[in-house]
Amino acid sequence: MRLELIPRQNVSRWREWLTPILAFGVALLIGGLVIGLMGRSPARAFQVYVIEPLSQGWAIQEILLKATPLMLIGIGLSFCYRADRWNIGAEGQFVMGGLCGGGIAIATQGMATQGIGGWWIVPLMLLAGSLGGMIWAAIPATLRNRLGVSEILTSLMLVYVAQLLLDYLVRGPWRDPSAFNLPQSVNFDAAARLPVLFAGGRVHWGLVFGLLAALVAWFVLSKTLFGFAIRATGEAPRAARFGGFDERRVTLLSFLISGGLAGLAGVAEVAGQIGQLQPSISPGYGFTAIIVAFLGRLSAPGIVLAAFVMSMILIGAENAQIALKLPLDLARVFQGLLLFCLLGGEALTRYRLVLGR
Amino acid sequence: MLSTPATPPVPLVVLDGIVKRFGTFVANDHVSLAVHAGEIHALLGENGAGKSTLVKILFGLLQPDAGTIRWQGEVVTIANPQAARQRGIAMVFQHFSLFDNLNVLENIALGLADRKADQALADEAAALAERYGLALNLDAPVWSLSAGERQRIEIIRALLQKPHLLVLDEPTSVLTPQEAEGLFVTLERLAADGASVLFISHKLDEVRRLCSAATILRGGKLVAHADPRLESSGSLAALMVGAEVGDVRRDHVAGRGTAEACLVVSALSVLPQEVHGVPLRDIALTVHAGEIVAIAGVAGGGQREFFAALSGEEGQVTAGRIMLGGEDITRATITTRRERGAAFVPEERLGQATLPQATLSDNLVLSLPRRETAASLGWLDLSALRQKLTAIVQRFDVRASAVDPQARRLSGGNLQKYVIGREIMREPALLVVNQPTWGVDAAATQHIRQALMHLAEAGAAVLVISQDLDEVFAIADRIAVMRAGRLSEAQPVQSVTRQDIGLLMTEGSTPGAVRHAA
Repeated sequence: MRLELIPRQNVSRWREWLTPILAFGVALLIGGLVIGLMGRSPARAFQVYVIEPLSQGWAIQEILLKATPLMLIGIGLSFCYRADRWNIGAEGQFVMGGLCGGGIAIATQGMATQGIGGWWIVPLMLLAGSLGGMIWAAIPATLRNRLGVSEILTSLMLVYVAQLLLDYLVRGPWRDPSAFNLPQSVNFDAAARLPVLFAGGRVHWGLVFGLLAALVAWFVLSKTLFGFAIRATGEAPRAARFGGFDERRVTLLSFLISGGLAGLAGVAEVAGQIGQLQPSISPGYGFTAIIVAFLGRLSAPGIVLAAFVMSMILIGAENAQIALKLPLDLARVFQGLLLFCLLGGEALTRYRLVLGR
Repeated sequence: MLSTPATPPVPLVVLDGIVKRFGTFVANDHVSLAVHAGEIHALLGENGAGKSTLVKILFGLLQPDAGTIRWQGEVVTIANPQAARQRGIAMVFQHFSLFDNLNVLENIALGLADRKADQALADEAAALAERYGLALNLDAPVWSLSAGERQRIEIIRALLQKPHLLVLDEPTSVLTPQEAEGLFVTLERLAADGASVLFISHKLDEVRRLCSAATILRGGKLVAHADPRLESSGSLAALMVGAEVGDVRRDHVAGRGTAEACLVVSALSVLPQEVHGVPLRDIALTVHAGEIVAIAGVAGGGQREFFAALSGEEGQVTAGRIMLGGEDITRATITTRRERGAAFVPEERLGQATLPQATLSDNLVLSLPRRETAASLGWLDLSALRQKLTAIVQRFDVRASAVDPQARRLSGGNLQKYVIGREIMREPALLVVNQPTWGVDAAATQHIRQALMHLAEAGAAVLVISQDLDEVFAIADRIAVMRAGRLSEAQPVQSVTRQDIGLLMTEGSTPGAVRHAA
């Protein structure tokens, strides 16, 4: 027996929108099956994974908190992926953002109480963080433009360089001398912390940046010449060349936007959430955001939604770890399931499956 | 006792009165053809004459709208390629379907439904290769092979099915002359063993060298059955390109062409960007304001590369100059060329002239001047784009099911009218068009040719690259022929005949024939 995929002539709009919802449902079913096989109640797991995160105040805050970096990075990545450029290294750009922004916080330690005050520190950190991410992303883009090196490999390899650089700094030059040799920097001054949105809460301004970035991205991609150049380059490179759009410029700019937003997410994470530099500042946001970008079909509103969904799964997995003694790795299994179902659903929207002989 | 007349042998396959329509376009109009056992039969015709359609019908890839197929005297329906193979029809396509990273034997096995790449297959393939002079190392990875060697894989694959009829679609178009000669020897041995060969080509000298019968198509119609060994290249060319007059006819106004030169190409040599591209050599051409110059020639003669060199999309200029309105644009970008008054209509409507998924109004952005489509900060001026689209749709009669549909939703003819309209609305000083009416229905064809002539009458220089000789003779003031990366001198249309042009297009053995880099 052989399986064949036959292209569908016309794909209706509602089908296109129903696909991700169905994919989510199928992923839940398979996930339930896996949990059942592990000897736990799937119904209880569903409650822990989906219901509880959405029904408790603290959990909703945590969802927003984790959705913030996913959203920022995912929006940035959508520029690259729309242009058919494969930035796999957002994790490294995120780390570099946190590292550069955090570096400013450490360098300005104590300055807020002297002279002109501390109002300039956070903006400078955000700027430095974005620039750090941009520079890190400019490397694979430039290597591709000048030497034809695959951006997939270079952007991915630079993740490890960034992670190890941060690790070295917080164990070496930037280590807090009063922290009993623990590998971590000093705690940032209050003036170097990104303010929270609501008093007493944990959600910080990063979320606002994420939503703003989504809004701007949506306008840029659909209503500007630059957005058109990105779409053209990704969809039909020959048409882009015919239109006179500079392929290299599109490559560089899409990487800069992507790296800048990942860097911004990184600095927002250390300044808004962690409050110091540590050997690791990301549980893999840069990689998870790749899934988020595709889950959101590379459209800004979709990515915002997907960031919340993905964040909910992450929080749910933490819950499940405590309530059901399920390993945290199950969250990754679930991420994989979701992406698999989504891509499979996408393929089945565009193609008909035919059993051949 | 009456003597029965000697019955002529039943042909292996007879196609009788085959009709195939695509919408309003008739690709095959009552075409008939008979191939006898042991015969090498040529199917001759220009691009678009309907050769490929006919062969696809024979191979079961298309079903005819009318007409019958007789196989060994019996009327049959060939529902799909599997059915064709079961009857003993094998086909070698122009484009190979091979996996670069697998070796020759594995590729042979993959093309056969029920064979594995084992020793038995290797022995069988080696025996066939030996018998028919198909030198091939079965262990070599495909990526290391030349086009000729790749074709041999396809031929061995076809021969393993022990076909009665082997169909080859333009087999020599990717071969060096030496490789082509090797192929002819193979085909002659096959025919001597009793198999039939249907050989699709537009190269007259090879058909005369190889084939004992020929069927000639033009514009989807059967023109003649001939014995190519008894014909001259000239008489075959005349049959192939015809002498009919197109419906749209240009009035050749005296004095046209003495106006100022708009496009001047001198001693231009260009290296191609693609692996199998054709290098352009020493091209000279002048197009004056107010005239239409047409470049005729069969596909793969360098037309694609010449268009890309004129538009500035690709190719590496190694010598010579391109001047537009007195300014050197040899190294200018396509955007700069447009700003200097040039407009371009490429061969591919979807994917080059337009983004398939983008709307028609968005697609205007590709070639309209930036200042007309985008306001400050690069915001697209959507209402201005819609207005322009409305103007194009009205003036060029673009018919679509929605107000502003995606480009891929339009039919070929309507999309081409849109693309030509988009460029003409820019009021260019020079318009370069590659294959203006390729695959376009008759009504849209007339419309497009008329629009090109109006543009020239309004004072623009128009350069048309076309494989359609009817079109070339209908609209051009001067005609040049492109072949193997070289361009003949442009002649006034009154002073050349179709036969002259046909010979220039098809002569295959003159120096400078296409040679692929080793």
